[in-house]
Amino acid sequence: MFQDWRTRVVLIFLSGLIVLFIVAPIAGMLLQTSAAEYMGAISDPEVGSSIRLTLFASMGATLIFGLLAIPLAYVLARKNFPLRGLVNGLIDLPVVIPHSAAGIALLGVISRNTLVGQAGEQVGIQFVGGIAGIVVAMAFVSLPFAINAARDGFAAVPEKLEKAALNLGASPARVFFSISLPLAKRNVISGLAMMWARGLSEFGAIIIIAYHPMVTPVLIWERFASFGLSYARPVAAVFILVCLTIFILMRLLTKTRYHVRN
Amino acid sequence: MLEIKNINVKLGQFSLKNISLQVEQGGYLTVLGLSGAGKTVLLEVLAGLVRPDSGEVILRGKNITHHSIQQRPLGLVYQDMALFPHMSVRKNLQYPLKGKGLSARAKQNRIEELARLTKTEHLLERSPGTLSGGEAQRVALARTLASDPEILLLDEPLASLDVKLRQELRELLKTINQTGKTIIHVTHDHMEAATLSKHVAIIEDGSLLQWGKPDEVFRHPVSEFVARFSGIKNIFPCKLNPAAEKNGLFPAITPGGQEIKLLNHPDKEHAHIMIPGEDIFVSEHRLETSAINQYEGEIKDIYLLNHGVELVIHALEDFSVIISRKSLDNLKLFAGKKVWFSFKASAVRIL
Repeated sequence: MFQDWRTRVVLIFLSGLIVLFIVAPIAGMLLQTSAAEYMGAISDPEVGSSIRLTLFASMGATLIFGLLAIPLAYVLARKNFPLRGLVNGLIDLPVVIPHSAAGIALLGVISRNTLVGQAGEQVGIQFVGGIAGIVVAMAFVSLPFAINAARDGFAAVPEKLEKAALNLGASPARVFFSISLPLAKRNVISGLAMMWARGLSEFGAIIIIAYHPMVTPVLIWERFASFGLSYARPVAAVFILVCLTIFILMRLLTKTRYHVRN
Repeated sequence: MLEIKNINVKLGQFSLKNISLQVEQGGYLTVLGLSGAGKTVLLEVLAGLVRPDSGEVILRGKNITHHSIQQRPLGLVYQDMALFPHMSVRKNLQYPLKGKGLSARAKQNRIEELARLTKTEHLLERSPGTLSGGEAQRVALARTLASDPEILLLDEPLASLDVKLRQELRELLKTINQTGKTIIHVTHDHMEAATLSKHVAIIEDGSLLQWGKPDEVFRHPVSEFVARFSGIKNIFPCKLNPAAEKNGLFPAITPGGQEIKLLNHPDKEHAHIMIPGEDIFVSEHRLETSAINQYEGEIKDIYLLNHGVELVIHALEDFSVIISRKSLDNLKLFAGKKVWFSFKASAVRIL
């Protein structure tokens, strides 16, 4: 393939440009930050607590909403029902609307004068200006990643394996947990990882619902708006390094592949 | 006994139409049909994976049409085996044993017993992805047998195997059947049906065309499709003329213009006729015999068969003639030689 050297050069050049476009700003930011700035950001208690909050809230959003969404992903992959196409389209809605608009929309559901907001307060959950609100905002904008990946994973499991398991006497629940889920595991986990990663980076919806407690993207913006680039960059660099480390570890953990006959 | 009564299923453009069959306890039924004829759907209906729109499945007098998949004692082995790729062969075999109230020792014994029967002892720790087609097919059989079904449903079990493995698996299926296990086996290969089954059923486009003992079906096909599908040659679409009857014989004219005399006549102007190759005699000269149909032709091809020889003799049509090797030697037959061949009017069958 691509034996002609000119074609090869053009392809390498164009591919390199795109990779550079993604890598250069991030690498530039990481390299421009001095060791002292890194140390300063790491030892800053506000940065530490905001990173912990962001990781924790995104993990919570992924575990609660992502896991709850797995049955929907399975249904979308396996069952034919009226308006399935519409449901598939609706799932992508949070990706295509502006996230500040998503925050406004969510506020209409979880603010203190709504049914959900009041019910939450009854049991001690505060959405607006609270961690619960951050979790909901992160989940809202990142759920499509988990659902779409899991749906594709379930759809790729040969239906005959599930039928064979049923025929061998397994209940539908056992078939799901012993066949469908393990075989779609790679997609499900990578979808959850993507959901978690997307949740970490959320800014627009969160700032509408909960400026405080401050998640790292809001803290970066606040430092930038109040003190300028040199104060915002070290926080951003530390946050990116933490996220990258966790993300790479998760990718390595989901490398299992199975060879399905035929 | 398993009775299939008037099963109708519509799946998109495809439908199974009014299928009725019976398989006795310990029987071996082969369902023959081309790809897309509805063989696999029929198995899935029996296994409960597809609900029929109408009709009944009755096992030992009990209507199981609406029983759940898990309640049915019918084990299905898919053509592509459907082994669970994320489990070892041992775990695949253990799968149906879970929840049966067996002790770990009893499960172990059952797996070893099945592995011995299917000659898969050495494969137990392997991953399904590393098995050859024949090995995977034996493991799939063992796994289904582990669920102890009364009836085994086999979907093209020999399709992806080479000649040697086919023979081995055929022997294994016979052994399993001899233990009293009823088998329903779908295939597109009439030789598989002829060598394995006690009964055969032929389906085309979702309809059952004929069923019975292999000998009855293959010697007395009810239609051109069944005849061709059964590997029968010498089938000709003929023009008939009832008015031309002479001495109780009716002429049938083949597309090539060969006039063949029949003993009886259907009430139509066109029909397919069939002459079994075993009922045609070959001679060097025209004979004075009771065989009314005698023609001169030239040997076009000679094929050695497992038992005997097939001659293709070209007259106004090509006729396939089965003779013994001794006759081939005695008559000193070779391709290009002119010979006479003859058959009785009573040997001609109207389809």
